Amino acid sequence: MNNEFFPLFFSFHFYLFAVIALLSAILFVTRKSPVAAALWLVNVMFCLAALYVMLDAQLIGAIQVLVYAGAIMVVFLFVVMLLNLGKPEDVSDIRGQLPRVTAGFVGAALLAEVMVLARAKWNAQLTLPVASGETMRNEPGGIIAPIAEVLLKDQLLAFELASILLLVAIVGAVTLGRKRS
Amino acid sequence: MLAESLALSAALFAIGVIGVLTRRNAIILFMCVELMLNAVNLSLVALSKVYGASGEVFVLFVITVAAAEAAVGLAIVISIFRHRQSVHLDDINLLKG
Amino acid sequence: MIQTPPPEMGHPLADTVARFAWLLPVLPLLGFALNGFLSLKHAAHAGPADPTAASEHAHGAHGHAAHGHDDHGHDDHHAARHPAAQLVSLIGPGVLLLSFGLAVAIFGAMRAAHIEDPYILTLFQWMPTGDLSIDVAFQLDQLSMVMVLIITGIGSLIHLFSVGYMQDDPGYPRYFAYLNLFVFFMLLLVLGSSYPLMFVGWEGVGLCSYLLIGFWFSEKANADAGKKAFIVNRIGDFGMLVAMFLMFANFGTLSFTGLEGALGDVEVGALVPTAIALFLFLGATGKSAQIPLYVWLPDAMAGPTPVSALIHAATMVTAGVYLIARSGLLFALAPTAQLTVALVGALTAVFAATIGLKQWDIKKVLAYSTVSQLGYMFVGVGVGAYTAGVFHLMTHAFFKALLFLGSGSVIYAMHQAYHATHKHEDAQDMRNMGGLKAHMPVTFYLMWIATLAIAGIPFFSGFFSKDEILASVFARTHGSTLADGALLGVPGSVVLYVVYALGLAAALMTAIYMTRMMLYTFHGPNRTGDAERPHLKEAPWIMTGPLVVLGVLSLAGGWFNIPPILGFLGADGVLHHWLEPVTGAAELMVTHGEAAHLSHSTEYVLIGTAIAIAVAGIAFAFAKLKPEALKPAKESPAEQGLAKTLYNKWYVDEGYDKAIVQPTVAVSRTVLWKGIDVGLIDGLLVNGSAVFTKALAWAGAQLHTGRVGTYAWIFVLGAVMVLGAFTFF
Repeated sequence: MNNEFFPLFFSFHFYLFAVIALLSAILFVTRKSPVAAALWLVNVMFCLAALYVMLDAQLIGAIQVLVYAGAIMVVFLFVVMLLNLGKPEDVSDIRGQLPRVTAGFVGAALLAEVMVLARAKWNAQLTLPVASGETMRNEPGGIIAPIAEVLLKDQLLAFELASILLLVAIVGAVTLGRKRS
Repeated sequence: MLAESLALSAALFAIGVIGVLTRRNAIILFMCVELMLNAVNLSLVALSKVYGASGEVFVLFVITVAAAEAAVGLAIVISIFRHRQSVHLDDINLLKG
Repeated sequence: MIQTPPPEMGHPLADTVARFAWLLPVLPLLGFALNGFLSLKHAAHAGPADPTAASEHAHGAHGHAAHGHDDHGHDDHHAARHPAAQLVSLIGPGVLLLSFGLAVAIFGAMRAAHIEDPYILTLFQWMPTGDLSIDVAFQLDQLSMVMVLIITGIGSLIHLFSVGYMQDDPGYPRYFAYLNLFVFFMLLLVLGSSYPLMFVGWEGVGLCSYLLIGFWFSEKANADAGKKAFIVNRIGDFGMLVAMFLMFANFGTLSFTGLEGALGDVEVGALVPTAIALFLFLGATGKSAQIPLYVWLPDAMAGPTPVSALIHAATMVTAGVYLIARSGLLFALAPTAQLTVALVGALTAVFAATIGLKQWDIKKVLAYSTVSQLGYMFVGVGVGAYTAGVFHLMTHAFFKALLFLGSGSVIYAMHQAYHATHKHEDAQDMRNMGGLKAHMPVTFYLMWIATLAIAGIPFFSGFFSKDEILASVFARTHGSTLADGALLGVPGSVVLYVVYALGLAAALMTAIYMTRMMLYTFHGPNRTGDAERPHLKEAPWIMTGPLVVLGVLSLAGGWFNIPPILGFLGADGVLHHWLEPVTGAAELMVTHGEAAHLSHSTEYVLIGTAIAIAVAGIAFAFAKLKPEALKPAKESPAEQGLAKTLYNKWYVDEGYDKAIVQPTVAVSRTVLWKGIDVGLIDGLLVNGSAVFTKALAWAGAQLHTGRVGTYAWIFVLGAVMVLGAFTFF
């Protein structure tokens, strides 16, 4: 499904997923219950995965679902369960009226600045290139080849270090989470 | 699609910032940070269509780091909960002064 | 640093003994160093009332452990002589005598060479600062040689006198160290070739005066007197500094020769020389004790008597007169300033004389007499008769030093008497004296010589000098720049007549109070007491010898400058001709280019008047004052009425206290101390900055909540602000 074959279909779904992601994010931020919030975040990630696929980053979309939504958010929910934080508390953890309003302004200011800067410092005529997933599929290596080439050739060192990082994280997590008797 | 993706990314980021500023539960705070990372991922993926695959590779690394960070961070939260019986941010103030 | 400089191009004195003129001040400085070293070396014995000194000598049958002091700070016990006393007695007067010998040699060379211009002996460069370059250089000319001879000559005599007078004092080496230092500074003052170098000497003699007045500083009164002298001097020094600033600003030079050149095209009566002259005179009033800054001199009698003789009679107080004589050309260009100087001098002469009429302390009488005679000197140099002023300076040095040293002998004898009988009476009060001519004949005759000199009896030295001053005043009432000028609207000639009249009045009173002093001290019955009388005797010869020399000078000193009208007595105007190269031009400028002259008849009348006044004064004193009617000091009734006012010095000190001292202290206490020092500096700046820092720290600490939420807020706000900077700028 590329934008050059079914543009309307493409645009509709793009906006659909975008709106759902946005609404889910807002709902996520405003829930009192940690479990509800986590689940709304999962929803955001699913929508983002869909957007990735539509942007021809199918690998990333898959990994997003598998790793991010499937593993990381599950860990979050595990911890919530472990610490028995499931029920909405009597005392809400959301800050009072004034901080919320101020935070709203700050967020709005941040958004505004980013938009202004993006418009001002950007070459507005950037367009997406013609090469689409359809054509890439037929190349030797398929649509994975560009990613693999960068990952395993140019960024090999970073790749290896990332694996070490994960090892360290595992050891760290286990060490920190151990019960001290 | 590029402009809309970037706009959505900025909006999600701003929502994430608002969340960080408003919530006092450590775990939810963490999740807001994850939301911010996701927003950035979206912007990277959108731009990688223009600038090539290195954007997507960067996203891979971001996800990796996010995973590691989530693991260690949550282990720390559990440690703190064991000492203070609370993940409310106002109670974690040993650095006061 | 000091090297024999190459001979000044072509100056006749260049290759004579004058090359060594730098030794003149250096010798006393060496004496100061050696005596000071000896004083410090034996520091256990330095200073009066030292407990270690008291314990170290056998006190015989005297039982008192804490020895008392009479009012004048004299130790009244026989201390063992200072261990270094012999060496000090050699060094102290020795360097002075060497200096005097050198001075005589240079004087001889100068006489033989008949120099017209001063000989400048440059030692080294002192302040080479941009436009102004001041060297340490000595100016040898006729005027400075006269002063050097007086200082070293009379100084040597006083040093010899001190050997006897101070022999039992535990601070013996310290005394001679200070005395030598004083002579050093005084020589710098008169030998300096520029105003700044003279000012160094000026300040230095002020310092030594303070050190010597407060020599017995363990008595608070003595220390206070020293402080008073120094502080009052300082007020005058401010005037001198301002004068130097004005000089540099207007003429660009501070050396004497340079200034004379720069004054060439200044017209008479201009504002600049008048201002400079007035400020110089302010400095002179401080140093030479004229109205309004004379108040320190009577208090200065708290110091040892030889100090009073040297510093407060012969040398330091004459520095002001020397200053004006040296700045003769400057003053000649400022008739208004000259009239001011003459008038203030005359007023001081009369004012001090009135106070002297009713003092009972012998030294106070002489102190007010000094102030009065200084007034005369200022009258002399004020009317542009510089030779007359310097002449009176010279003769006054002779007879005043004689009077002071003589009184020192008297006080010494009284002291010895009271010590022998363990009385603590005032050894300086004339009411305790009387009839001493039987006990101290040599001192008696010598002091009468001095009294006749100061009164102005013919053929004694004072007669010639006083008469010349008064004649000069009278001569300049017509045909001089002074007569043409005016002071505060009053015509110059009127002012000069007033000055003359005041001078005559002061002469009359001088004769009276000096005779009074002699009557009460030496004539009539003795009031000291029967037990003390056998102990009163003449002072040892080390003290009486210098008195004899001074007596001869007081008698014969007048022959240095006989007025031409009395030329039958001998060579006339010796001093006048000697000083002509230095002061002649300035004197002629005042008298419109021709030497001031009076008709012979006028001059005879003036001389006759002066003699008549002197004789009248002495006769009046002999007739009206009855020494037999006096009682000893502790039995005397208190003064009343006008006598009381005179005795209390017209309450001037009290007036100054109320008008100046107390307001200053009050302002200092409330505004400067409590307001600014405690409130502003301590409170606001010191404590305030601490409080402010604490507040800042508190504000900063509020950020350290330890709560992640707060940190996150600050984090985000910062990021937003940075982005904002990028957005907007």
